[in-house]
Formats: sequence, structure tokens, C-alpha cells
Amino acid sequence: MATLRHFADFALGSLRIVTRGNALYWLWVSGLLVLIAVGACFYVGQLDTGLIATNMRDQVSWAFYIGNFTFLVGVAAAAVLLVIPAYVYNWKPIKEVVILGELLAIASIAMCGLFVTVDIGRPERFWHLIPGLGLLNVPNSLLAWDVIVLNGYLVLNFVIVTYLLFSLYRGRVPNKKVFLPLVLFSIPAAIAIHTVTAFLYNGLPARPFWNASILAPRFIASALCSGPAVLLILMQLLRRFTRFEIDDRAIWKVAELMAYAMAVNLFLLGAEVFKDVYSDTEHLVHMRYMFVGIGEHTAIVPWMWLSVICSLVAFLLFLVPKTRAHPVTLNLGCVLIWLGVYLEKGMGLVIPGLTPDTLGEIYEYSPSTTEVWIAAGIFSVGFLLFTLMVKVATPIMLGEFRVGGAPAGEASATPGGVTLAH
Amino acid sequence: MTQTLPNRREFLCSLAGCAAAATAAGCSDLTHTSWFRSRFREMSDDEKKQIVAGLEQEHTAKFGKPVEVGVEPPMQGVEFGYALDISRCIGCRKCVYACVEENNQSRDPQVHWIRVLEMDKDKGVDFAHANAYYEADKVPSEGHFYLPVQCQQCQNPPCVKSCPVGATWQEKDGIVVIDYDWCIGCRCCMSACPYGARHFNYAEPQIPAEQLNPKTHYLGNRPRMKGVVEKCTFCIQRVRNGRYPACVEVCPVGARKFGNLLDPDSEVRYVLEHKRVFVLKSELNTRPRFFYFYGL
Repeated sequence: MATLRHFADFALGSLRIVTRGNALYWLWVSGLLVLIAVGACFYVGQLDTGLIATNMRDQVSWAFYIGNFTFLVGVAAAAVLLVIPAYVYNWKPIKEVVILGELLAIASIAMCGLFVTVDIGRPERFWHLIPGLGLLNVPNSLLAWDVIVLNGYLVLNFVIVTYLLFSLYRGRVPNKKVFLPLVLFSIPAAIAIHTVTAFLYNGLPARPFWNASILAPRFIASALCSGPAVLLILMQLLRRFTRFEIDDRAIWKVAELMAYAMAVNLFLLGAEVFKDVYSDTEHLVHMRYMFVGIGEHTAIVPWMWLSVICSLVAFLLFLVPKTRAHPVTLNLGCVLIWLGVYLEKGMGLVIPGLTPDTLGEIYEYSPSTTEVWIAAGIFSVGFLLFTLMVKVATPIMLGEFRVGGAPAGEASATPGGVTLAH
Repeated sequence: MTQTLPNRREFLCSLAGCAAAATAAGCSDLTHTSWFRSRFREMSDDEKKQIVAGLEQEHTAKFGKPVEVGVEPPMQGVEFGYALDISRCIGCRKCVYACVEENNQSRDPQVHWIRVLEMDKDKGVDFAHANAYYEADKVPSEGHFYLPVQCQQCQNPPCVKSCPVGATWQEKDGIVVIDYDWCIGCRCCMSACPYGARHFNYAEPQIPAEQLNPKTHYLGNRPRMKGVVEKCTFCIQRVRNGRYPACVEVCPVGARKFGNLLDPDSEVRYVLEHKRVFVLKSELNTRPRFFYFYGL
């Protein structure tokens, strides 16, 4: 009963925290709310007219929405990069940011769900996917598997984070026996969500651009670049605006790990390009569409080169210890890598995979106004969710938000670092 | 299993309150009865009768003429097969439009189940250089031949495998069908199909009432709704009643042959026996029931 009462207090206290903030906070939150409202209006319009409001057509039947979904699955999976050094190698400075990584995973999965929802033609028939009520076509359908692993990952992260934060809120040291197995399980789970999402494309021999066994490893490698980039920026923001102390070594370590991931990502991309270019079969046409265009169809080409350049520059910035330690080049690298992977996974995977279509037709896709605004709305939902969660989690980790309402400076948490597990 | 499971429709009806609330969000037909409809494959005969009666009423009211929705099952000992003579096809696209009229495809936006590709004679069957937008009144044009493509009714259909909700399946007579009331519109099947045979209703399909073909089948040409996928069914409403598909009938040069693969005396078996046939993209192991041949 005490637990229940504490949880009610916890929920109420959280509500109080998120409704208090300075002008900058409210500017940010209201900006996001406006974008969400605009996106919602466009979505109502899309529901009314059908997906004709997008620029998707039979030739390119998956596009911007599914690209964003794919990218965000990667971001969600990336929490794993932080969990591995923190727990497997017991590397302390990173431990406190694991919570942030898991919060990011939750927000990302929420966005994934929304992107899939806006992409499907009959969203009100969602219940057809619920086993028992409807029919979930496992083991055959990869999308069915994706539904399972993504929801499982969402629940897993939600449970871990709630448990950790609620324990800290109650001034208790989280029980390692409870959460460590869950945290360790989240590592293969993170790999699973991105692998299954890759297989969703990979398992389609009708689309030779996707039907390459290197796809799943490439997904993992690129995810390990883009996800931590967000966290690196967030860690610095927290350090600046709160009493949160994050060891420089933690930031550099994450940056170093990202550099390795980027090297692998670029290597795999190179392997892919080599195979297609040197073989010079008819399948090269998709890569040609991507990097040089076909005839007058070149809409995607500049974006793809921008992606490659961003990734290369970011790689160099993160590779050199001096530049990855310097705040300016570090953050520049984070933005570049985010942009590079976003373009690669958001557009560079889906569009060239479907262009030309299976009968050789080239329909040049670019997102419609509706698609762009709905996507902006969904990203705003994710950012808002993440902001609110971080807003609550930060004072808990700092020991400022405690059961009974008073900050408990003496408890197990010390400013500048929560001792999750000794 | 002695315990009676709550009827799905009853259960969902109890949720109708939520559905009504969601209607305000702009999804006008959410509370429409089709939302509660179970999968066609799971329906009892009674249920089918009831639902078909409701559909017929609905369409009759909408189009102002009696519409019939059939549920004819596959016939015993029948597996349909198709053969198309590339050397005869002149690319007139009569099949394309006969199909649209027979199968009630949307006129606006246009949906075509058959795509005729113009190919260069000196390149052979080569999709990379195919053109689907040639001018049909100038056919056959010098140096070109024509290759119509529609659903190949694969024996190993990648689309069926990919569907997350089992809304599409292969019937005993080989026809791959879609349950329009079960499809969620995720378009996995479209990504999976190597023949571009599947088409999505990006908007509410528009068919002028006088052009509606009132003789329909639940799994075939009954009027569809926006947000679902559709495709060629070999004219299921015709062939299960012993008729030829509309495209076979309309072809002015007799390039299209159709019949029962299990009947040694059928026309399609004659073609398999006496002509050399090939299938599209055989390397993908989809094993189409749609064969191409050079009859001349």
C-alpha cells in the first residue's frame, strides 16, 4: 500500500515538475505543441482524403514516413551502445546516462509507432494485429515480428526506467538483481529491433537494393552512430543547465565508440557500393539513381552526397582524439552524423529501393507538404515526450525530487552522479 | 475449449463507444459495421450470407441498381492457369480497360490492374528499358513488342507471406485473393510483389454508377474502399462460374489463353505442351501460374 501511495505521490510530483519551468522551457514546450497541433490538422486531412495527400503512389509505395520510422528504430536501438560499456565492462562514468538512453529509446519507439500509424491506409483496423482478436501473421510476416519486438522493447525500457527512477525517488538503491538482468536483456533486444526492421526490407527479393545480406549489419552500425549523437548533446545540455555532473571521460568514451561504429558503417557502405558497381548488373540501377540519377531524375542525388559528406567529416572529427574532445568540433560532429544517418536511413534506403519500380518505371518521389508537416508533428511528440521525461528524471537522479517532497541530499544519490549499482 | 469464447463482434461492439469518440477525429466510417467484420476465411456460411446481404443492400443503395456480391468457393479439381502469346500482343490496351470495367477499378484516381509494357525488340524482355506510357493509338510501333503484366498468381507468393494480418491468401484454385475488409493498408505486399501487380487505393475509389459492374465477388470486384490494396483475381467472379476472364474475352488478337491446369484437354495445357513458355523473373522462385510464350 505504501508503494501505491508513493507511486501516486510520484505521479503527482512529476506533474508538478513538468508544469514548472523557466521561459526557455515554456517557449520550447509551446513551440512543440504548436507543431503537434499543425501535424494533427494535416493528419485529419490525410485521414479524410486518404494517402493521396502524400506523394506516395503505387511505384513508390513506402517513402518518407517509413524512412523516418526506420531511422528512429535505429535511434531507439542505440541506447545499447551506452549499456554495453556501462554494465558489461562496468565502466562507471557512463552509468548515469543509461537512464537517459533508455528514455530516448522510449520516445523514439513512440515516434516509430506514430510513423507506422500515419503510413497505413486503415489505421482504425489496428485491432486486426492483436493476436486473439485479430490475427498476427507470425512467423511469416516480418512486419508482424516487428510489431512484437518493438512493443516488447518499449515495455522493457519502460519497466527498467520506471523501476530505477521510482527506486531512487523512494531513496532506495535499485536492486541489482532486479534490474541488471533486464538491462542486460535490453542489449539483445536492441539488436533485435533493428535486425527485424532490417529484415523487413531485406526479405524482399523483389527489391534487389534491399535484398543484400549486409543490410542488417549496416542498420546496426548506423544506429550506433546516430543514437548516441543525440545523447552526447543532451549530456552537455544537462551539465550546463542543471547540477548534473557528467564526467568528460564519459562523453569522450561515447564519442570514441561512435568513431568505431562510423568506421564500420562506412566500411559496410563501401562494400555495398563495390559489389554493385564492380558487378555492374541491372541491379546497379538503384545505386545509380541514388548517387548520379537516371536521366533527368536526380532529385535525391544532392541529398545522398550530402549524407556521405556529413558522415565522412563526422567520422574524421570523431576519430581524432583532439577534435572529439573539443566541444565545438564534438557537437559539430554530432549534428553531422545525425544528419548523415538521417538522410541515409530516412530517404536513402527506402526511395532508391523502390526506384525504379519492379517493372522499371521511374516515379520521382519527394515528400508532400502533408508528409513533411505530419512528420514534424510526430518528431515534436517525441521531443516533447523526451523533454518531459528528462525533466522528471533529472531531479530524481540529482536527489532533488524525493518521496515526501523534500530534496534528500543525504540519500544514496550524490549530486553529480547517481549510484545505480555498486 | 468448452468455454464459449466471447464473440469477437460482440466484444468489439462493446468498444463502439470509443470508436464513436474517434469518429470526431475525421474518420467518418469508423463506426460503420465493416469495422467489426471478422476475416472472410473464418466466417461461417450463415455469417457470410448475412454480411453479403448487408453489402448488397449498401451497394444497391449507393449505385442505384441491384448489386450482387457472390462468395462462390473454388471448384473441385480446378487450378487456373494463364498463357499469354507475346508474339501476338499488339499493345492496344483493350485488356487494361476491359479489366477496369469488369472489376470496378477506381476511375479517379485511375487504378489499372494490367500494365502493358512496350519493349525494344533488340533488348528482349528487359524491364529496365520498358515503357508503360506509350501511345496506344500508334501500336504496334516499329521495333517494339508488348508485354502485358498483371498478377501472376504465384504458387509461392511473396505478397501472402509478407502480410502482417493474413488479409491475403491463396485459394485452392490458385487465385491469390485479398479480404478488403481485413487489409490494414500497410502495403508490405506491394513492396514484396516483383511484378507491380498490387495497387493501393490512395483515395476513395470513384466509379460512375452507370459504369459499375453489378455482378461481383466478395474477394474480387466488389466496390472497394480507400486505404486498401487490390489486384487481379483472374476475374474470380467470372471464372468460378465457368466464364473467361474479361481480358481473355476482349483481346482482339487472341493472345490470351486461360484454363484449368489440372485438365489435360484445356487450352492452357495445350500451350504448355506445344509451345515453349517462360515465366517472369523465374530466378525469384515465385513460380507463377501466368506463362508467356511465342506462338508465332
